[in-house]
Amino acid sequence: MNWNSLNDFLAMGGYALYVWGSFGVTALTMLIEPLLIRKRRNDILRTLRREHAAEECSA
Amino acid sequence: MKNSQMNWYKYASPQNFYPLAGRLWPWFAAAGAAFALAGLWIGFFVAPTDAQQGEGYRIIFVHVPASWMSMFIYVVMAFWAGLGLAFNTRLSGMMASALAPTGALFTFIALWTGALWGKPMWGAWWVWDARLTSELILLFLYLGFLALQAAIDDPRRADRAGAVLALVGVVNVPIIYFSVKWWNTLHQGASVSLTKAPAMAHTMLWGMLLMALAFWMYSIATALARVRCIILEREGHNEWAKHELE
Amino acid sequence: MKQVGIISVLGAVVRRDLTIALRQKSEVLTTLFFFVIVASLFPLGIGPETALLRRIAPGILWVGALLAAMLSLQRMFAADYQDGSLEQMVLSPVPLGVLVSGKILAHWLLAGLPLVLIAPLLGLQFDLDGRSLAILVASLLLGTPVMSLVGAIGAALTLGVRGGGVLLSLLILPLYIPVLIFGAGAVEADAAGMSASGHLTLLAALLSLAAFFAPWATTAALRISLE
Repeated sequence: MNWNSLNDFLAMGGYALYVWGSFGVTALTMLIEPLLIRKRRNDILRTLRREHAAEECSA
Repeated sequence: MKNSQMNWYKYASPQNFYPLAGRLWPWFAAAGAAFALAGLWIGFFVAPTDAQQGEGYRIIFVHVPASWMSMFIYVVMAFWAGLGLAFNTRLSGMMASALAPTGALFTFIALWTGALWGKPMWGAWWVWDARLTSELILLFLYLGFLALQAAIDDPRRADRAGAVLALVGVVNVPIIYFSVKWWNTLHQGASVSLTKAPAMAHTMLWGMLLMALAFWMYSIATALARVRCIILEREGHNEWAKHELE
Repeated sequence: MKQVGIISVLGAVVRRDLTIALRQKSEVLTTLFFFVIVASLFPLGIGPETALLRRIAPGILWVGALLAAMLSLQRMFAADYQDGSLEQMVLSPVPLGVLVSGKILAHWLLAGLPLVLIAPLLGLQFDLDGRSLAILVASLLLGTPVMSLVGAIGAALTLGVRGGGVLLSLLILPLYIPVLIFGAGAVEADAAGMSASGHLTLLAALLSLAAFFAPWATTAALRISLE
């Protein structure tokens, strides 16, 4: 085991900013991208549903 | 996939691919999460501290897999683009445009982590190292592809124009890489290579491979999820798509 | 028989484009003035120290030439696209690749060659010696046709697209990087006492590669844009 305590782990031997900056931004972008895809999907589904309903009304 | 090859042709149509992609992407996402956990565990708890770079070298576990993926996705994107041009299949172009944002994202991650690694190791956020420079140019190529597709309204033309650009780009990537390397050695740039500095221990290699697998699965999952959006956007008015709305 | 036909068609396309361009000289002159002004701005921004200017001259002149050549790219097909003659060219029995090659050649004669010819003059502003000037001209002579060839692909792809000019630069500039590296590198290598022949050979290799592939890719891009 490399780390004696949680603080030790978080400090990363003095490289905390660089290591956590790298892993943090990577994790963040990989969270945001799926959220954007989900938003895109919800948007298109809402538009399609509205058009679908409008068609049925006029039909 | 149970019975033979015939199915593959079936899934070349967006209508049939849409539900398949919907069934597959959660599995890829789950596999990606599992690989990421294993990779992170090796990266942080198994791999020993590096003699020269201390704990700072652990950035390698995102930096190298991200740069691998950024290049790999460009090649895959060009492959789909070429397939679309050659056989005029609608799905190929959609796959190419579904991959591009994820590829650009990994290029950005590779650059970002490269800068954060470079600061403690080289003393500067940015060094005109051959790898970093090539990665920056790769980001420009991705952005060009995305900008071109965004600027063209007709999706068919956007697909085909993007395909030509992706193919021109993929021919150029090795030339660009070679020229940047040549330029770098001529100018006696950074003498420390990011990836070569610590002796490659087996555990490190395993950590990197697992993280690369995690990114790979993640890319497939996001590309499949995104291609579903693209299919709906373009063919949502068709009869089959109406069932999806219920 | 067929060979002669193709060459005469090529000549006709080049002559036509040259005639049109020379009727309104502003296009050629704009490119040229842009190059001159950009190259003159750098000493004003950096300072008149001769040794420093001599060192950065190859890079500045090459980047300037690159941007100047790019300025006129958008016009390569735009006028013909607007008045419909491009569509006629696509429909004509002559292979489109020949017509495209003619247009690329005309673009180089109008936008590339003038840059090559004026570059030594700008090099004098930066106190380059005769030998460096000769290598600068040689590298530009090999490099500017690559810019026209590769640029044609971008011009064809962005035809009639909104924001085409800026988009074109975004697409094309990354592809120009190898030419820039080897072109500016040739002059720098010579100034550093090394042989420039390696750089020039690689530039020539890039030129033959581009001459082989670019007209073909441009043709494909034009067909897509005109669909």
